Amino acid sequence: MMFWKSTYNEFIKIAAKPRSYIGIGAITLILGIILFAMKADGMNFISFVTRPFEQSLSFEGNILNGNLIAFIILQMLIIHIPLLIALVTGDLVSGEAAMGTIRLLLTKPISRTNILLSKYLAGCAYTLIILLWVGFLALVVGKLLFGSGDLLVLNSDGLIVLQEHDLGWRFLSGFIVAYLSLVMIATLSLTLSCFSENSIGPIVTTMAIIILFTIIGALDVPVLQKVQPYLFTSHMVAWRNFFEDPLPTKKIISSIAILFLHIFVLLYIAIYKFNKKDILS
Amino acid sequence: MLETGEKIVEIKHLVKHYGKFHAVEDVSFDVFRGDVFGFLGPNGSGKSTTIRTMLLLIKPTSGELKLFGKDLLKNRNYILQKIGCIVEKPDFYKYLSAEKNIEIFARLSGVNITKKKVHEIIEFVGLKGREKDKLGGFSHGMKQRLGIAQTLVHDPELIILDEPTTGLDPQGIIDIRNLILQLKNERKKTVLLSSHILSEIELIANRMVIINKGKTIVQGSVNELLNAQELIVSIAVDNIEKAKQLIQNIGTDILIDKIENNNLLLHISQEKIPVINKLFCDNNVNVYSIETKRKLEDYFLKLINS
Repeated sequence: MMFWKSTYNEFIKIAAKPRSYIGIGAITLILGIILFAMKADGMNFISFVTRPFEQSLSFEGNILNGNLIAFIILQMLIIHIPLLIALVTGDLVSGEAAMGTIRLLLTKPISRTNILLSKYLAGCAYTLIILLWVGFLALVVGKLLFGSGDLLVLNSDGLIVLQEHDLGWRFLSGFIVAYLSLVMIATLSLTLSCFSENSIGPIVTTMAIIILFTIIGALDVPVLQKVQPYLFTSHMVAWRNFFEDPLPTKKIISSIAILFLHIFVLLYIAIYKFNKKDILS
Repeated sequence: MLETGEKIVEIKHLVKHYGKFHAVEDVSFDVFRGDVFGFLGPNGSGKSTTIRTMLLLIKPTSGELKLFGKDLLKNRNYILQKIGCIVEKPDFYKYLSAEKNIEIFARLSGVNITKKKVHEIIEFVGLKGREKDKLGGFSHGMKQRLGIAQTLVHDPELIILDEPTTGLDPQGIIDIRNLILQLKNERKKTVLLSSHILSEIELIANRMVIINKGKTIVQGSVNELLNAQELIVSIAVDNIEKAKQLIQNIGTDILIDKIENNNLLLHISQEKIPVINKLFCDNNVNVYSIETKRKLEDYFLKLINS
């Protein structure tokens, strides 16, 4: 009961904080620009992908459609949305310490674990809202502006054409796995937030870790290749596997398992730290 | 010593160390139901650490903390349900209104509070009309009042106020003092008040503890502790020479500290004041005023420096 009351409080706080709208505003602006650019000069952009195949293949129908736009947008933003997520989730505990409200919060008859989990739940809900907004702008607005059609996907094996009727479940599954990777970011920033007394530290550290792991993941050095499969950043693009044919099921399951493992370990650390923490601010 | 009623706070040999730094070394005191209990000590003496430990904001290194007859470490939520508190300055969510802040903390206290009740509490602390205003525009004094409002939302039995008048102007100090007295007299709350403004404790507390360097020095009834001390009494008279002569004639247990204009400053115990007054009146020395100069500050400093 107290947990839900606390969670409700956290929703109110997130909804009232101006910084919560930075993410939504930024996404709206970025997607607006992308949609406008695609509408103005999208075919030129697509020709970079189709040109190498034009001698052997002929493309007919609406190639530049809402599905392709949504796919491109998701690919572009999945690296940048974490910053917008961390902006809010990295502030959930450290923001209270910086404001001084943590003193009042932790003198209430509700366990520290419940307070932290209610913050986490609210942070996950915020993450979902951000992703749903991306999905709405990319898929719904994309289809309204560009219509529907088959999806051309370029991957390391070549060009794949996915039929329009085969795309619904792929986008849904892709968004679910993308959500899982963003929840992983929310968990990381919340955990860092438990170690900090200011809002900026956890946000900057979250981004620094993402950049560092992404670089390690991209380096083609044998010694680093051993750790690459275990870095969460290697699985942030796991959603893209749903647009392969045939579906790499093992790879998807492995990515989901690694992301869940990261989430559980980080959440355990966060709960442990938050319960042990002496409130000196 | 005036110790009646139920003991609702029992702190025994509280110790808190941060590595090599000993914030609290050995603090013990009891608070009884209905007390306005003064918690005194110079800066850095361990008052805030003790209060934070009582609220489990920090974990004690050792010692026994019993509140409402139960072990704090084993009954955290039960005990915190019965406490309202302000720890140091009252910080709130600046981006929310006064009303929303109260609602948030009421919810966490396990109370389903109505808007009417929120407005009543806000009115009680003198912030009527500011319910919808965001905290960003509140002065320190207003936040302090809202802090007290926040302590009341769940009708707690014990209210802990850590330095509630720090940073307030003189009128703000008087307002907060009156509010504390209202809490005791009208709402029958037990109040634990830490303050470095010692006169405040003298004016409103009935019992107190003094700590220094993390250790309890003395605790007991404010009146009894202070009355055990010798007073400095300033007596304004019309005939200073005659008054001086009369004092010197009656014996050696009354010392004249100094004479300032028509004021005699005497070192005497409280029961000697009416004797001196009668002596002057019987000998046609008109007494204009008698002012006791003994303050808690003197007692406090004497203990701290001893």
